[in-house]
This record gives sequence, C-alpha cells and structure tokens, in this order.
Amino acid sequence: MIKMAGAVKNENLILERESSILIKGRQRKSRLKCDTDSIAGCVSQRACVYCGARVVLNPVTDAIHLVHGPIGCASYTWDIRGSLSSGSELYRNSFSTDLKENDIIFGSEKKLAGAIDELVQKYRAELVFVYATCVVGVIGDDLEAVCKAASKKHGIKVIPVQSSGFIGNKSAGYRAACDALLRLIEPPGGAKRHTKKINYLGDFNLAGEAWIITGYLRQIGVEINVVFTGDSNYHNLQKAPEASLNIIQCAGSMSYLARRMEELYGIPSLQVSFLGLEDTSASLRNIAAFFNDARMMNLAEELIERETGAFRPQIERYREKLEGKKAAVYVGGGFKAISLIKQFREIGIDVVMVGTQTGREEEYRILHDLADDGTVILDDANPSELERFMIEKGAHLLVGGVKERPLAYKLGMAFIDHNHDRKHPLSGYVGAVNFAREVYSTVCSPVWKYAREI
Amino acid sequence: MLDCTPKELIKRTGGGINPAKTCQPIGAMYAALGIHNCMPHSHGSQGCCAYHRSHLTRHFREPVMATTSSFTEGASVFGGGGNLKTAIKNVFAIYNPDVIAVHTTCLSETIGDDIPTIIKGAEIPEGKLVIHANTPSYQGSHITGFSNMVKGMVAYLAEATTDEKKEQVNIIPGFVNPGDMREIKRLAGKMGVRFIMFPDTSGVLDSPMTGKFEMFPAGGAKVEDIRDSGNSKLTIALGYYASSDAAHLLERNCRVPALTLKTPVGIKATDDFLMTLRGKFVREIPYELEEERGQLVDVMTDNHHHFYGKKVAIFGDPDILTGLTEFVLSLGMHPLHVLTGTPGGILTGSGIFEKEIKAMLAAAGLEGRVKAAGDLFELHQWIKNEPVDLLLGNTYGKYIARAEDIPFVRVGFPILDRGIHSYLPIVGYRGAMRLVEMIGNALLDRKDRDAADEDFELVL
Repeated sequence: MIKMAGAVKNENLILERESSILIKGRQRKSRLKCDTDSIAGCVSQRACVYCGARVVLNPVTDAIHLVHGPIGCASYTWDIRGSLSSGSELYRNSFSTDLKENDIIFGSEKKLAGAIDELVQKYRAELVFVYATCVVGVIGDDLEAVCKAASKKHGIKVIPVQSSGFIGNKSAGYRAACDALLRLIEPPGGAKRHTKKINYLGDFNLAGEAWIITGYLRQIGVEINVVFTGDSNYHNLQKAPEASLNIIQCAGSMSYLARRMEELYGIPSLQVSFLGLEDTSASLRNIAAFFNDARMMNLAEELIERETGAFRPQIERYREKLEGKKAAVYVGGGFKAISLIKQFREIGIDVVMVGTQTGREEEYRILHDLADDGTVILDDANPSELERFMIEKGAHLLVGGVKERPLAYKLGMAFIDHNHDRKHPLSGYVGAVNFAREVYSTVCSPVWKYAREI
Repeated sequence: MLDCTPKELIKRTGGGINPAKTCQPIGAMYAALGIHNCMPHSHGSQGCCAYHRSHLTRHFREPVMATTSSFTEGASVFGGGGNLKTAIKNVFAIYNPDVIAVHTTCLSETIGDDIPTIIKGAEIPEGKLVIHANTPSYQGSHITGFSNMVKGMVAYLAEATTDEKKEQVNIIPGFVNPGDMREIKRLAGKMGVRFIMFPDTSGVLDSPMTGKFEMFPAGGAKVEDIRDSGNSKLTIALGYYASSDAAHLLERNCRVPALTLKTPVGIKATDDFLMTLRGKFVREIPYELEEERGQLVDVMTDNHHHFYGKKVAIFGDPDILTGLTEFVLSLGMHPLHVLTGTPGGILTGSGIFEKEIKAMLAAAGLEGRVKAAGDLFELHQWIKNEPVDLLLGNTYGKYIARAEDIPFVRVGFPILDRGIHSYLPIVGYRGAMRLVEMIGNALLDRKDRDAADEDFELVL
C-alpha cells in the first residue's frame, strides 16, 4: 500500500511468538503452536472465558442474562452481538449484580439471590443464566447453591455459568456455555423419541443468518428443531434431545456440545458451512445424503440450481472487478477462516495471510493444506504482526472484528467485519452476494484515492 | 418490543439494570492513552483489556493499543507478580514505549497484588518508566478510574524543582473527547497563557490518516511536561469527579494551588474557565474569543423560542452533566430528570453531584429528579411517569428514545452508533454553539415529522 518501503517495523518478533507463525512452503514445519495461553505483555486481540460463554448464550432471547460481578463485564456486553430475535427482546437488556467493595469483602451470595428474586418477579422469566466473573471465582461464592435454591424457590431454571475470566481462554468459555446448555436441555425423563427434525448448532442469527438457512432447509424438506443459539428460547432449546441430527456451523464453540449430545442422546453430528456458494451447496447435499432420501436430494439439487443460477451472475460481476486483489483474514475461529479462504476464491481474491484467535490444531492443518504457497498463517496475532504481514504481503483488504477495523483503515486498507458488528447476513447464497458486494464496496471505494495521495 | 421497563416504580436492592456507568479500568486506560509514547497495561484477565479496547475503538473509531498481564488460574492463586514482570519486560522489548501505565482490575485487586513492589522488582530499561494506578472495578466508575490514573501521573511524575513557581498553569481536562481537549488547548492558547495539559488524547485518538499505523501516534502529554507541572503556579481541574483528586495531590506533593472548575460545557462554565485564566495570568480576553462568545449569545437569542419550557432528561458522566444542565437551563429548558451512574461520593452516596444540580434547579425556580449512582432502567421509569421532550445522553439512551418516541441528542461516552463526534468539541463557546445546533435540530426535525399537512411550515 502507501509508503510501503521501510514500513515494516518490529522485525524482532518476540521469540516465544515464533512458533505461532508460519509461512506455507517456506518452512518444514506445518504445525503451528495454538490453543495456548497468550504471552503476558502482548497486545492480544483475544478475549476471556466470560466473553466466550456470553457470546454463545447471549442469543437465548427470553433468558435473564445476569452477570455476577462488578459492573464492567455487564456493560461491555450489553446488546453488542447483533443476534436477532423473532420473539422476546429480554436478552437485549443488561443485568448485573453490580458488586461493590463490601460485597467483595463479605461475599455476595445474598446480593445475588436478591437480584434473582427481583428480576424473576419483574420479568416473569422461566430461565436465568448467572455468569461468574473473575472476582466471583476468587471470593468463592457458591454459585451452584444460590442457583439451586433460586430454581427451587421460583420453580424455574436458574443455571450457573462457570465463566471466571482467568480460568482459560475464550474456548474455555464456549465450553462453560455448552455445559450450561446441557443442563438446560436435560430431559427430566431421560432421552426422548427422535423426530425427523434437526438441530442447527453454532449460528447466532447475526443479521438474521439462521433464518436464511432455516428457509433453505425447509425447502428441501428438513425442519429445524432448534438453533443453538440464534433466536432460541427456553422452550425450543428444551426440545433439543428430540432431534435426529446436529449440524454444526461454528465448530469452535459447538463441537463440544455436539459430542456430548451424541454421547447422551445418540444424536450424530455433521459439520457444515454456509459461507460461500460452494460450501453452502456442499452442506445442503451432505444433509440430504445423511437422510438418504431421494426426494430430499432432488429438492436440494433443485434449490442449489435455482439459487446458484440466481446469484452466481451477480457474484461474477463482482469477481471481474476484484480479480487479483489480496486479502488478509484474522477471525475468531478456525472453521470460519477455512470457509473464508474458499469464499474469497469464488470472488477472485487470494488470501495472503490468515490467522485466528482460538483455532485448533486440526483446523490449522486444513488451513495449511488449503492456503497458497507463501501465505502467512498465525495464531493469536497482535496488531504489530498483523500490520507487518499485511504490508509485506501487499493485502488490499482485512477481514476481522472490532479492534482490527481501524488498524486496516490507518494502513489505507479496506475492511470487512465478519464478527458481531456485521450488518448484512453473510450466510447462504444471498449472503455470498452480500459478502461480494461488501468486499467490492470497501475495496473499490473512492475514499482510498484520497488516502493514497498523501 | 424492546421496551421491557414497567412504569410502576419498584424499590430494588440487588444490582443494576441497564447501567449508566462502566468500570474503573477503562477510564484508566483512556487517561493513559493521553501520555505521549505510553502503553496502557491492564493487570488482570485478557478479557478486561479486550473489552476496553473494543469499547474505546467503537467510540473513537481509532486503533486503541493496550497490553494485558493475561492472568491464568495459576496467577490468580499465586499472585500476578510474575505475569506483570514478564509483561513489563516484553512490552519494552516489543513495543518500546517511553512509559508503561499499569492499572489494576477487580481480579488483581482482590487477590491483593502489591503493584509498587512488583514494579520495583521488574526489569525496566534505562530511561524508561512504569507508573501505576489502583483501579478496583467494584468502586466508583470509569470516571473514578480516569481520576485515579491522572493521580498516578502526578504521584510518579510531577516534581517541584524550582524555588519559584513558573508563570504557567496546569490544566486537567477530565474525561472528555480528544476534540474537547483540542478545544481547551485552543482556548488556553488564544488567551496567551503558558499551560501544561495532561492527560491529552488529542493527536492520539483523533489522529490523521497518513497511510501508516503508528503504535504510538504523535499526540499525548509529554513526560517532561507532566514532570514540570510541579513547578506551575496553578492547577485548574476541569470537572470535580475526573480531575480534582489529581490537582489536590499536586498541591500536596508540589505546593501547586488547586482550583476545581466545571468542565467548560456551556456559556457560563466557559466564562468561568476563561475568567480564571484572565484573573490569574493575563489582563484581557482576546477579541477572537469575545467574538465567539458574542456569536454564541447571538444564536442563543435567535433561537431561544425553540427551546423555552422544553422538558429534558439528561444522563451520563457527572462532570459533563453539571455543565449540560447549566447550559440547557440557560436556554430556557427544564431539566426534569438528571441521572449519572457514577456514585456521587467517594465510594457511594449522592455526594456533591446531587447537591450541585439541585441547587441549579432551585435557582431557576424549577423542580426535577436528580440521582447519582442510578441506572437507565430507573431513568426510563422516571420518563414513563413524567415524560420529556428531549433526551440527552450516550448511545444507550437510544432504547429509551425509541420506546418513548423522544427526540434524542447523543452527548458523552460512549457513543457507539455514530461517528465523528469525538473530533468535534462540546466544550467552549464553539462547543456550546454545536450543542445549540444539535438540540435545536432534534427538536425541529421532530416538529416537522409530527406536523399535520396544514401545520407543516417552510419557515421555522
């Protein structure tokens, strides 16, 4: 980009970080150090356990999401996810026990119990999630006991979420959320009868994406039992054990839940991806093949032909404008990164740098296989590393989240939010076109002309 | 659908709903960004740092750099000293700032990490500095955290080295936007006063697009200037809650007299600021500022008929609210509800905030509800019971504005759904003029929207 010469700073990457970065084709190693704790003193883009738990559970629309701790954790997560609801909007409020010094010294179990009583009375909710924050983990409140007593008192589900920030990274939070969900869906009389319906795991209905996918599946004769957790609620989540199949979009947050549901209720699972034309079509075919139903397979082929026919020409038009541009990807989970590489290929763009906050070893292996030679692959990157490799590789565009956006802009680079600040659905066929349009509208915006003239 | 707030007022004891504040560390991080070449460091779990950076990034639309001690379970059991020492070493090695400004979190406060001792035991390269502030999230609010970090700057950096105080003034701007800090500097500069302002986030969080990413942008208060603040003749703390503690510490440590003024929002508070500078340092107010004041008075008189008697609800941070309340009163409006999430006293209670606002209302012969340490659930209930014509506050007011269908002007922190605001001031005469325009436009847009065809007029 502009002023590229000599712009690469911080040549001495910190030694401990070296094993978390590799360049495809240049090194013998194809394994990346990942899924570990961040190094103290790095400007890590990662978040904490509470954050992981909160993003997974937040879309449960009719729950009281009560954050047990000082005010910060509740205020930073107040309605930031963009998960849409077709029913209750209760989840968009911010509930906190707002702990003060005295609560820390003398314990805060009473305050928590009082807060649950007042909230349940006020909102008549049937479900409360109580999130433990760092300080609660240290002062030793017995969350289990308080929640159990409150459940009994009000005759509702009050479920503790063990999400103290320091007990691991964001992935530990996903797991804490899944454990809470498992407690919620546990059928009182053991496993239930299987229906033909399926559960859709790992779609948080950002910009209404789960609705789009639900629509496709309905057209091929598959009914969604419940989505984990986009636009879900207490009652439809409880029906989860009745499904005959779990399909998983966001593997990072949901593969643990799928595995447990297979063990407990014998529900098999299938990894899907609805990002890009290619993956969306493949996923629909795989679902139809799972049911081994000829009619379903025919309907899937019809849908794929119809939707691809409708949207491919639009994508081709964007492809013509975008061919040869280069993208850098830095997202939360590994599976999204994998899909994005494929999706960028559909619009003629090469991915020259790819990284994640919480990708797992097998995902990095797939990324490595999929990437072009010379592509930089990195785990838990900091802004200096992102800057260095984006400039070195001549990226025109960065895909990332909130904290990466202004970094790209300052470098005169285009940007796409593929996290919770997205405003258009990026899933399915319509999402693939939205994605292409978003890429085009930022990469080809006239504003860069002025930026580059400096 | 979004309106989940019942009208009936209920007494609550167990925590908050829809907060009008956030926690101390983010305020400390923001203050630390106002030192030139400084890396704010969050001594706690990774999430704190990530949340603060995201939140500040959404408000300023700028890169926000800060590091974290990345607490693990081990650190929480055995103390975070090891993490902090490693972090200090790494931050200087990788990012090479002049200063690291460490703030604590609820976690490190609760386990009792002794930061000064840890810093003493850390490897700090020659000529580099590490300062700190204790910012337990379970006390006060983000404003308290800002105040504590500014106090930390004074405690670590300010020195009285001259026998006689210099003809210069320290200005502590409070928790305001970089655009406001820029305006405060412009006003002081126009007055011809030698001044030291700290912290100063202008040039850091409103930096220009150059095609380069600067880890440490050109702005920020220089360490040598903060040092020299101990030799100044006077400290003006703008805003009681965010700035006065640091000014008093400077008085105690370096015998620089402290004077607390309101954040200069509105005509009267700006007058007070400039008159103080005139009284202490220079003879007269330059014509340019007199002209600006005259223009402000002109737009106030030209448009006052749009404002008279309009009822307003105002919420946000206490220092800003004091100025805003005074200003809407001077426009003839009626502040019916005024609420801050920040506790009024040092730790809790109503403190001087409620007293000050109530006194303003009484002087205007008006009545209204005033509360410190409140939340937006409560404000919404008040509005349901006593409706208003306008809501002034941060982004979170949009739910109330929508539910009650009230015109809404975004002022304060955070504003997450609109851009550019952080570049433009609300302080000074120019800032006041901008407020008059924003408030007037909101009221008149509503009038146009609601007018029946026969009442819809071209000229207003």
